[in-house]
Amino acid sequence: METMAATLPARKPYSFTNGKLAMWLFLGSDAMGFMGLIGAYIVLRITSPNWENPKLDPPFGINLTAFMTFLLIVSSVTMVTALSRIEKGDRKGLLFWLAMTICGGLTFLCLQAYEWTHFIHAKHELAVEYTKATTLAAPFTNYQATFFSLTGFHGLHVTIGVIYLSTIWIRSWQGAYTAEKHSPVELVGLYWHFVDLVWIVLFTIIYLLPDSVRDL
Amino acid sequence: MSEHAQASHPYYRIFGILTVLTIAEILWVYVVPHSRAMLAGGLGLMAAAKVALVGLYYMHLKYEGKLLWVVALFPLTLVVVMIAGLLPDALAPY
Repeated sequence: METMAATLPARKPYSFTNGKLAMWLFLGSDAMGFMGLIGAYIVLRITSPNWENPKLDPPFGINLTAFMTFLLIVSSVTMVTALSRIEKGDRKGLLFWLAMTICGGLTFLCLQAYEWTHFIHAKHELAVEYTKATTLAAPFTNYQATFFSLTGFHGLHVTIGVIYLSTIWIRSWQGAYTAEKHSPVELVGLYWHFVDLVWIVLFTIIYLLPDSVRDL
Repeated sequence: MSEHAQASHPYYRIFGILTVLTIAEILWVYVVPHSRAMLAGGLGLMAAAKVALVGLYYMHLKYEGKLLWVVALFPLTLVVVMIAGLLPDALAPY
């Protein structure tokens, strides 16, 4: 029996690693988390008679968020380039393109912080005016709640992604990956592309959809 | 990822298409005149195309086996169920 086992070729039931399967399972469950939030957003938005339009707020100007979208698309292409470099055994290329991806993620986070700061400031001024006029505390609208929940949850993913990418960059610098052994680089790539993919959806439903979806 | 996948990744072509689609989305909102239904439908189609391109080419689903497809598509099935469940609430008069 032992001799027979030794002569048989090693069986490889699936064409992917356990790590890749685990990452896909995680991304699947994470996608359902996002869908819960997006579903709540859609119901609240459709059932609301008045929904604020982020395109009309100066700090939100569509140019900024369109640039943020472009930035994530660029960071996706730098990520796949990093992976293709290490597949060819080019460690310097891996380090460079991973660093570019990290820069893209950090710039995205800075722009989101800028957007949030302006949003909070603008809404605070409106709330002060409302209180002066009505002597009531300004309500926290569904629009604000869903905006912060969705973009905040995504921003958290970008933050974790930047930390994850930085860890992989350090391991690359230490020489942990080769052309034959680079599974962690592929896994961090999957995570990063997922973050990009979610933003594509958020950009459309938060910033681009018409003001009154119910009037469609 | 298979050897075939490594040999023929159209990464930069996909990047170009994603960029063009993003510009097209903005033009669709601000430049092209149409009804609100067409606006939402066009945006939905362009976003779906971008998501598919990222999933297929950047996440390499195009080159993966059936099991990973099942893992990736299962949440999408649940999304359809969730949307069907939310419709009564969304369409109820406010």
